[in-house]
Formats: sequence, structure tokens, C-alpha cells
Amino acid sequence: MSLEMFIQHFLNALTLGSLYGLIAIGYTMVYGILRLINFAHGDIFMLGAYFVFWGGALFKLPWGLAVVAAIAFTSFCGVLVDRAAYRPLREAPRISALISSIGVSFFIENLCIVTFSAIPRAVHVPQWLGQVHLIGKVRLLPLAVVVPIVSMVLTSGLLWIVYRTKPGLAMRAISKDIETTRLMGVPVNRIIAITFGLGSALAAASGIMWALRYPQIHPFMGVIPGFKAFIAAVLGGIGSIQGAVLGGMLLGFIEIMIIAFLPALSGYRDAFAFVLLIAILLVRPSGLMGEKLEEKV
Amino acid sequence: MSAERKKLLSVAALSLMALFLWWAQGHLDGYKIQILNLVAINIILALSLNLIYGFTGLFSLGHAGFMAVGAYVSSLLILPAAQKETIFLLEPLVWPLSVLQAPFFVAVLAGGVAAALFGLLISLPVLRLGGDYLGIATLGFAEIVRVVANNLPGITNGALGLKGIPHYANIWWNYGWCLFTLYFIVRIVNSNFGNVLKAIRDDETAARAMGIDVLRCKVISFALGAFFAGVGGALLASLLTTIDPKMFLFLLTFNVLMIVVAGGLGSISGTVIAGVVITVLLEWLRFVENPIDFGPIHIPGIPGMRMVIFSLALLFIILFRREGIMGMREITWDGLACACRRGGKDRG
Amino acid sequence: MKKIAVLVSLLVILGAVGAACAEEPVRIGVYLPLTGQNAFGGQLECDGILMAYDEKPEVLGRKIEVIVVDNKSDKVEAANAVVRLIEKEKVHAILGTYGSSLAMAGGEVAEKAGIPVLGTSCTNPLVTQGKKYYFRACYIDPLQGSAAAKFAMDVLGAKQAAVLKDVAQDYCVGLAAYFKRAFEAAGGEVVADLNYQSGDQDFTAQLTTIISKKPGVLFIPSYFAEGAIIIKQARELGGTFHIMGADAMDNPDMITIGGKDIEGFVYSTFPYAPDMPDMSPMAKTFTENWKVKFPDKDPNANSAIGYDSYMLLVDAIERAGSTDPEAITEALAKTMNWEGVTGSTTINETHDAVKPVGFKMVKDGKQVYVGAVIPEM
Repeated sequence: MSLEMFIQHFLNALTLGSLYGLIAIGYTMVYGILRLINFAHGDIFMLGAYFVFWGGALFKLPWGLAVVAAIAFTSFCGVLVDRAAYRPLREAPRISALISSIGVSFFIENLCIVTFSAIPRAVHVPQWLGQVHLIGKVRLLPLAVVVPIVSMVLTSGLLWIVYRTKPGLAMRAISKDIETTRLMGVPVNRIIAITFGLGSALAAASGIMWALRYPQIHPFMGVIPGFKAFIAAVLGGIGSIQGAVLGGMLLGFIEIMIIAFLPALSGYRDAFAFVLLIAILLVRPSGLMGEKLEEKV
Repeated sequence: MSAERKKLLSVAALSLMALFLWWAQGHLDGYKIQILNLVAINIILALSLNLIYGFTGLFSLGHAGFMAVGAYVSSLLILPAAQKETIFLLEPLVWPLSVLQAPFFVAVLAGGVAAALFGLLISLPVLRLGGDYLGIATLGFAEIVRVVANNLPGITNGALGLKGIPHYANIWWNYGWCLFTLYFIVRIVNSNFGNVLKAIRDDETAARAMGIDVLRCKVISFALGAFFAGVGGALLASLLTTIDPKMFLFLLTFNVLMIVVAGGLGSISGTVIAGVVITVLLEWLRFVENPIDFGPIHIPGIPGMRMVIFSLALLFIILFRREGIMGMREITWDGLACACRRGGKDRG
Repeated sequence: MKKIAVLVSLLVILGAVGAACAEEPVRIGVYLPLTGQNAFGGQLECDGILMAYDEKPEVLGRKIEVIVVDNKSDKVEAANAVVRLIEKEKVHAILGTYGSSLAMAGGEVAEKAGIPVLGTSCTNPLVTQGKKYYFRACYIDPLQGSAAAKFAMDVLGAKQAAVLKDVAQDYCVGLAAYFKRAFEAAGGEVVADLNYQSGDQDFTAQLTTIISKKPGVLFIPSYFAEGAIIIKQARELGGTFHIMGADAMDNPDMITIGGKDIEGFVYSTFPYAPDMPDMSPMAKTFTENWKVKFPDKDPNANSAIGYDSYMLLVDAIERAGSTDPEAITEALAKTMNWEGVTGSTTINETHDAVKPVGFKMVKDGKQVYVGAVIPEM
């Protein structure tokens, strides 16, 4: 393999990995706090992409404004999902909330089919993002740089919120012990709603970037990225934000590099992620950066 | 009520059922018979998931994977050799499979056994995980099965799938297997082993402290559940006469899970009732997608509406009636007799 | 006496009216994927069928009734849909479907019931294999694959080809194999044969590898949404080879998704395009009527094949002179040089339509018809 080719693969993996990482943060935040695998996260991601499309196509918003509006609206949807489908189940067995999230996921997907139809739609990509630059023999899409940078910025912002603000402190407290936190007078439900809002905003951001990178949206676009991002979150250590980013990167690199070096296995690509998931669950269930979760007795 | 009398009532109920099926076969159209068949298969699938999840507390999302294994193994055994030659267009079927043949009953059994072996294989590592992690890992295995089936054209015919599978799965086979599953699982659940499983579900730590070999019991329950899931898959394949990897998506597991949750986790009667209701409801719900029913043209109105209602129904159940139709209760002859007596008293 | 005469004549009139009313409509069932992953093709075909129905709502002096059932791109549903059409709606003949695996699931049911089915765009050879009652208005994949290989070699001048296919779609897998066979048989070399799975959107790893093999043409037998993304990524990564696809790419949205990267993309399709140079009168009327009925969307080959299959079926019922399924089946089998929007159609002994394979190219953001190839089989 030539060096240029390797660099090209490297750039491809970097873009894919940062997208996975960004989606994975949403999983990790919700899991860290509620111990809930939010199956609907991939569909929230899809909604983000659709709202930009809507803002542009229906309300004729300028692109930048459409993005901001979409992130805000998706964030609201995330909070709404929590309020309607998860909050009533806080006291129920954990699996109930998981089943509820599966229901929400199917509901959002099919509601989108009802309202937007299943036909894939083209996404408008601003000129400056779509232009390919040639550096030596390597072809660089602005997105390959923009996506990792945006990921970094958003993740740092999130880390600041979690580690430097009061709501962040409350989030960390809830993830340690929800009952005690409630007794300390923290409005637990509001903090959880904020968590969902933040996680969904990040999902929207990654949905939008995903739609720019792969300029097509359809109601099921969130399913596979959602699964992969969840795996990335487990890989990095669920509950850890840095871990999610790291896990996303790792998964992106593994997927791309296996095909790069073993093209014959390209048909098995979706299985890599699951094999990796099972392997990591068996060998190191706490992931690369996660704390060990004690089974509560 | 005496055991003698209960047995008598059971036999009477069974003959009534057989009479109904016999009548249905002669008088109902193919569409309704197809639904009846799907009811039986869905009950088998839901019972097997209920054994794993409802009675043992193992949250498994791998049913589609077990069904795929069962469906492929049994279909390859009943496909006539000539048909195998024609459908494997791109790559011929590998040798022993290309000539192997078995009668339908053996093939379904083999499908179940293969699924059970597969369940056994994955249970050893996976069952060390608990709760939602187990769900995700089993879901992962089901996806891996599908990906592998796509990529092994010499065995599964890849995406082309298997076509022209003989349609042996008539009403008698399906209900026969359904009845066997029901009987078997009732026996297990009511046995001492069943009590052990429930103990593990309710409090694993306590069960372990009592000296129960928790892992072993979990593995057995998991493999048994996988066996019946494989049987269900094998019957479904023969009923539909064609299978391919796309069929075994997560949606299939979701449908089965929906039946189990709606019926009540840990209730066999609930699963049976929900199996009937949901299968029929899913068919009946088609009407929401074609509201224009007068005039010469019937245009389906809102595509996707059926699944919207379906998922809302699941949400509704999980939010407002988490215990499902039956909770953990069962319908028994004693219970029925009691209800009759009470009803009689009320009237009198 | 007079009274009785009046009564009798009244009865006769009533009887006649009654008989006319009792003249049953001809029921044509349609099963298509209107939702799910194949919805885009299914909906266009449904539009075409309904438009044909508007134009020809009667046959044999009886009204036609069209019953549309969604098969949801799902095989279980497809079989159910056909059972429902036959048992519940008591249809005389069936149209459908887009998607070969759906057609195969439905075909088993129709075969048992002995109801003739005319497939719209199910191009896998297995659909009609060994079936007495299944026909199709489209050509089959071996024909399409070898036409594509011929076009790649003769027109594009490619000696090396690469293939990128969706392993989870029977359509893609089959077509890729037929293309490969024909291309190699004609002396070409297939330098790369890579896979992906439905739902994937990142093809950069596969494409970077393909680019390094320097093929003359890349054949992608994909559905349009994924295909457009593949083309876009291939161009962004610097692939300069020709890219070819097949009939599932024939969708106007492909260009909005692919943008300018899709320029020069060639694909095989049913020989109809709204811009065909020497359009048959039938195709001309179809195009004009379509634009009146659906002013906001262009007709494509799917809508044309939907339209054609309805018309061909009605023609067969006319030729059969009755709605007896056996008679319709016989008439369908005897179809010779039937003129439709998508060209002259003959049903051969394997129940497949023998018709030319058309090729279109994307030029200046438009799909331009380049011509037809009649492949040697």
C-alpha cells in the first residue's frame, strides 16, 4: 500500500471516527446517568438531519440559521422523548425503559415515513464544504477537517459543562447515586432533561454533519450509525465522554483499515463492530476508559 | 377440582380446538388460514422468548438470529435436490448439503437443535453479562448471523435466499408444534427447575447463595428457548416457502418481544392470548393504511401508519400497563371454575 | 291482461337492469412496495399503473376495479398481500411487484391459487422460473448484466472493470455476477470485486482500494440512493473511471443527491426516457399525459413500466376474451411484439419480456438517453 493511499484511508477513518464519536457521546451521557441504552438516539440523530432539510426546503431559512434551528428543535425533541417515554419509568425495572426506547425508536422512524415518506432526499451541501482540495496526491474534503474540529469543539464544550458548571456537577452526582442526589435537593428530573437536551443537540449536530458527508437523508439513516455509535460508546467505556470520542475514533479506524488491508472481508463490515462489541464486553466490560460498574445488590 | 376432572377438561378443550382447526381448514379462505398459521408460529416464538426473558430474566434480543439458524438448517434439509440446483444460481451449494434430505419433522427438529447449539455456543460467553448488556450482545449475535448468511453464498445462497421451500407447514404441523411447545414449557415452568429459573430471575444473588448453579440453569433455559425459536423459524420458512437474510432483521425480534411484553412477562396464558391478539391485530391494522375503501380504486392512504400505531401500542403498554394483559397470572381450570362459580353467584 | 303484460315487461326490464348491474367488474390486484426500502420504485410504478387505469378503466365492456395493496418491501407482507388479493378481493389477475424477492414470495402464493401475475420490475431470473402463472413486463438480469458488459467494452472501451455491490440485496448480487461473467467472457478483466451492506453510507474504504486498482469502469448495481452516494464519494476520492449502474438507478433524485459528481454516469434501464430522440407515439402520449397528471415530477422508466404492465395485462384480458385466469395466462404467454411505452415486448418461453436494454447518461444535470443495446445471450 502506497503512502498516499494510506493517508487517504487515514483521513477517511478520521472523518468517520469523529462522527461515530459525536453520536456516541449522547449514548454515553444518558447511560452514565440513567443506566439506559437509549435506542431512540439514532433516530434523534436522523431527526436533526431532517430538520435542517425542512428548515431549508420548507421555511427557506438560510443554511446557517436552519442548522441552529434544527439543533434547538432536535434538542427539544430529546427532552420530549424523555418526558413522555422515560420519566414515567424511572422507578420501573431498567429493562422497561429499554423496551420503551425501542418503542420510541420504531415510533419516530415510522412517523417519519408517514410524514416525509420513505423516499431518500438529497441534502444541500454548501459550496465551501463540498469543494475537494488536492494536497500532493491526497484528496482532502473540507469536511474531513471540519468534522473532527467541530467534534473537538463540541466535546470540549460539553466537558466544560459537565465538569465546571452546577448542572454538570448535578449530572455527575446523579450518575453516582440518584436517590442521594434527590435527597440533597437537586431537581433530578430537570437535570436529566438537560442531559437529554444536550445529548440530543450533539446527536443533531452529528446528524447534520453526517448528512453533509453522505448527502442523503431517509427515515432509517440513524439505525446503523446509531448501533455503531453505541458500540463505540461501550468500547470507550460507557459513561465516559472522552471514552466515547476515543471509542468512535477506534471503531472508525478499525472499520476502514480492515477493508483497506483485507478487501475480501468488505462484505462482513457490519459484523466487525458487533464482534468487537462482544469481545470488549467479555474482556473488559468497563471499556477502555470507563469506571468499573458495580452490580447493585 | 380433581386432577381427573382437569385432565378431562383439557382433553375436551383440545378436541374442541382440533374440531375448530378441522372446520377452519375446510371453510376458511387461504388468507385466514395463513393468519391462523402465523398465530401458531408467533405463539411458539413468543413462548420461547418468554422462557428466556419472562421466566429466567435474561433480556435477549437475539431471537431473529435463532430463527434464522433454524430456518436455514431445516429448509436446506427439505429442499429437493433439483430445486437446490436451480436456486443456487451464482455459487453451487457445498457438497454434503447439496444431497442431504430429511423428512419435514426431522428437518424442523434439526433446525431447532441447530439453533439450540448456536444458543449454547453464544450463551457461554454472553450469559456472564447481565441486563441490558446481554440484550445488546445477543442483538449483536443476531446481526452477525445475518451478515454471515449474506456472505456465505455456498451455504445460504447469500442475499438470493432460498426459494421454493416445500410448503409442508400446514395447520396441523404448526398447531402440533405449538401445542408441544406449550406443553413442554408449561411442564418446565411448573417443575422444580422452573422454580429455580424464577428464583434466578427474581434475585440472582439470593439464588446463588442458596447453592444454585446459576450459570448452568441460565444456559439450559437459554438453549431451550433457542431450540423453540429455531423450530418457529423452521416452520415459518416452510410456511412462506422462501427465506433470505433480510427477513431476519431486528424488526422480527421486536414483533416477538411485543407479544411477550403485551401478554405479560412470565405468563404463559398471557403470551398465548397476546400471540393471537397481536397477530390478528397486525393483519387487521392494515385498514389504517388504505382508508379509501369506496369507489373503484383503493389507494393505501398513509403508508407506515400501521407501524406507528403498533409502536404506540407497545409504548402504551409499557408506560401504563407494564405487567401486560395477564401480569404473571395464569388461566387455570381452577381459576376458571372459580370465576364461573362467582359469576353464577352474582347472577343468582 | 294488459296489467299482466305491463307486469311482465316491467319484470323483463328489471331483469335486464339487474343483469347489467350484476355484470361483475374485472378486478386487477396490484401489490407493490409503497413503504419500506423499495418505496421509491414502488410508488412510481403505482402512479404509472393508476394513470393507465384512468386511461383505460374498462375491458370486455366491463368496468375494471384496481385494488392496490402495499407489500411494505417485506417478503412476509408480500405473500400476505397476494393471499389477500386472491382470497379476499377475488382478483382475476395481479400486477407486481418492484423487487425480485418480493415477487418470489408473492409468486408462490399466486402459483398455488392459479392466478396470473404480471411482474413490473422484478428482474431476477428466479421469479418466473418453473412458474406457470408468473410473467413479467421487464427483461431479466442476465440480459441486463450482459448488455451492461457489452456497453462497457464496446462503447466505453473499458478492458478492466471493478464491481462494488450490496451483498444484502439479491438484485445487486445477481446483477453483479452476470456483469462479471459477461465481462470476463468477452475478454475483459475484473480487477476488484468489493462489497457493502444495505444501510452503509461510508464507502470510502472500498473506493480508495478500487481507485488504486485503476479500473476502466466501475459497475455498481445499486439502488439509486446508495448509488448516488457511491458515485459522489468515488469522485471526491479522485476516481476518474467511468461508472455504470442499472435500472434501479433510474430515478430523478439520483442527480439531486449526486450533484455534479454524477456527471457522465451511465446506467441501463427500460428503454423509455422523457427525452428519447425518436419516441414512439405511445411513449409520446404517455409523457404528455404524465405531465398533466403529475406536473411536479418527471416520468421515469419505473412509471413507464408500471403503465405498460397494466396496459399489457388489459390487452391480454381483451385477447383472452374472458376473465378466466387460465385464459388470461394463455393470452399473456402468447404476447408477441406488443407495443408499449418501453418498446416492443415479446414474452418468451420462460415468461420474461424480451425487449431492448436502454442506456442513459447523466449530462449537464439531466438524464440523457444514449441508445439501446440488444445483447447476445
